[in-house]
Amino acid sequence: MSTLMVLVIVIAIAAAGYFIGRQRAVSKEGGNVKPHSLPHYHGWWVFLASALPAILFIAVWAAATGVYLERSAIAELPTRTADTVIASQSLELGMVSGIARGLDKLSDAERANLPQTFAELQPLLASKGVALATEGQDYMIPIATEWNRNTAWASSIGGIVAIVLALAGAVFGLSGVHVRARARNNVERVILGALMAASGIAILTTIGIILSMLFQTITFFQSVSPSTFFFGTVWDPRFAAAGSGGSQGQFGLIPLLAGTLYIAFVAMLFAVPVGLFAAIYMAEYASRSVRSVVKPLLEVLAGIPTIVYGFFALVTVGPFLRDLSAALSGGYAFIQAQSVLTAGIVMGVMLIPFVSSLSDDIITAVPGSLRDGSLGLGSTKSETIRRVVLPAALPGIVGALLLTASRAIGETMIVVLAAGVAANLNINPFEAMTTITVKIVNQLTGDLEFNSPQTLVAFALGLTLFFITLAMNIFALYIVRKYREQYE
Amino acid sequence: MNLMTERNLEKAVNDKMNAQGNTIKMQGKDVTVHYGDKQALFGVSLDVPEKMVTALIGPSGCGKSTFLRSLNRMNDTIEGCKVGGLLTLDDEDIYNPKIDVVELRARVGMVFQKPNPFPKSIFENVAYGPRIHGLAKNRQQLDEIVEKSLRRASLFEEVKDRLHEAGTGLSGGQQQRLCIARAIAVSPEVILMDEPCSALDPIATAKVEELIDELRENYTIVIVTHSMQQAARVSQRTAMFHLGNLVEVGDTEMMFTSPTEKRTQDYITGRFG
Repeated sequence: MSTLMVLVIVIAIAAAGYFIGRQRAVSKEGGNVKPHSLPHYHGWWVFLASALPAILFIAVWAAATGVYLERSAIAELPTRTADTVIASQSLELGMVSGIARGLDKLSDAERANLPQTFAELQPLLASKGVALATEGQDYMIPIATEWNRNTAWASSIGGIVAIVLALAGAVFGLSGVHVRARARNNVERVILGALMAASGIAILTTIGIILSMLFQTITFFQSVSPSTFFFGTVWDPRFAAAGSGGSQGQFGLIPLLAGTLYIAFVAMLFAVPVGLFAAIYMAEYASRSVRSVVKPLLEVLAGIPTIVYGFFALVTVGPFLRDLSAALSGGYAFIQAQSVLTAGIVMGVMLIPFVSSLSDDIITAVPGSLRDGSLGLGSTKSETIRRVVLPAALPGIVGALLLTASRAIGETMIVVLAAGVAANLNINPFEAMTTITVKIVNQLTGDLEFNSPQTLVAFALGLTLFFITLAMNIFALYIVRKYREQYE
Repeated sequence: MNLMTERNLEKAVNDKMNAQGNTIKMQGKDVTVHYGDKQALFGVSLDVPEKMVTALIGPSGCGKSTFLRSLNRMNDTIEGCKVGGLLTLDDEDIYNPKIDVVELRARVGMVFQKPNPFPKSIFENVAYGPRIHGLAKNRQQLDEIVEKSLRRASLFEEVKDRLHEAGTGLSGGQQQRLCIARAIAVSPEVILMDEPCSALDPIATAKVEELIDELRENYTIVIVTHSMQQAARVSQRTAMFHLGNLVEVGDTEMMFTSPTEKRTQDYITGRFG
């Protein structure tokens, strides 16, 4: 019995429960007692009581049988010795499950006289469209057959239990239908639970991401000391080919961190005034018709993929700045085509809609009565904005800017194309620098052993970046909460 | 017939005012206001005598707030609002394109329905206007203006120890008196009040009303109110609005004892509104 079929049966039982429950609720109405819940709530409660436990059971059962099957297969594998051909146990297990999947596709007749050697089995399965690894061993075939038998057995048991659960749930739900039953409140509780589960998933994912980076980072710090990573001023990871080993690189975070912050700073220098002024214009001066055209146009900028900004920088802005500097100095181009300035300006353009859109919302949220109060005292519009509206909106704006800054720090594609990949440590904005994100991409896209420090450093960098942006976001939230004006 | 009585009455009252020596501070002649396609005022003619409290009464949506807001051109801030007719301050057309709106609003101050102190300290709230208009040459003068304004708004004694705390931390009634102090600090000639007590409890209301009565000595006040008792208590002249028209205007005492218009009588006695 396949899981899908069980699921369909469970849903069908639950749906039937819904209609019967509703019907029962309708039939119990009348008399002097006012019904507590509308009939469809009774229907939904029966549906949920029937479907939810069964579906939860199916999920748990599937996970549990997966673990159980692997365990029993591992137990049957021959003991690993020095001359075991296959490199690791997990690889062996993968092969077994591959064969098991292949055997599943054979007809009963073919399965009855199964070839006993892997060499014969492989072409047979290949003819069914199942490609197997070349190193398969003969002893794997009985294990795979056993695996399939267990799977079938487990899924039948699971399916029957799930259907029984669904029926029991439906009966339980239906037995509870009476005039004063609080089906409405029960449904409300289930909705609350579903919403909490959704936010729980988001949080758990974040924790999962941190943990996965954390373990790799710890492995990295076993070969490179944290002090040389955090305080090293040279970034030279020395790419070593897989397996060659021996070559040590230098993993200094400082040049990357400096590049990241420098480029983000230049970008903010460009984006904040432009974005803020645009927001002020839109919130305070623009008439409704202008606003309805300009605001969506500005937000189009936010929809452009950053890689497009990247080649805009590479093809247009960078060469333009280089030629401009050459013209200014009379020949010598003191601005390189790939430079902090190029990346900063283009990233700034990308950030404008973030700044303006967030600030616009915040400025608009300042109550109109404050503007009226100021205008009523005989101040001009710009005086009102400068002295009343902006101070009132300031905490929100600072929060918005910090959120924007953490975006600037995490940006990758623009920097790859516009600032280059050279990990220099300098203060000249006209030279190339690079950022943490660019180096993460670099380290992970080489043909490298996955457990070499050259690759693992990407996780250390990622975790560092994560903590920087996390700190900025927390700080932004703190500012916004602490200084939020209570207008009422 | 209505029109005749109205005009006669107005003339009579104006004559009386002049006889009392109260000159006309602000004057509206055939004032019309449109919000987009919707007309809110249909030719209102009303005089505001100097150093008196003029109350504008009438049911909701009758145009009294609209008229009030056109007196210092606060209507300009509303998109699609058009004002027609003639409005004058000291015989000067305030809708003349040559008039500086900002200067006008400094002369005709406004207190709003809901207390709206700025999110600044009490001191800064009052000092806001004088700073903008450069009324104080140094810190000492500014301190004096702030103290005087707060005293006039009978708030100084309550807040003198916490001038540098947030104005938004005061109670509703104190906030409204702070807003009045803020308006006074600019030394306006006219103060417009748009239902200044509607968000206040009876005790705070009594304090603000007392204050309005005192302010009459130095300022011309126009107040919009929904409370008949308030109009009777604080005003010397009352104008009754209905559906964008001025129904009648006259001495408060006369309006409340023997109104000429049936609509006024019905409204005052609570039969509609």
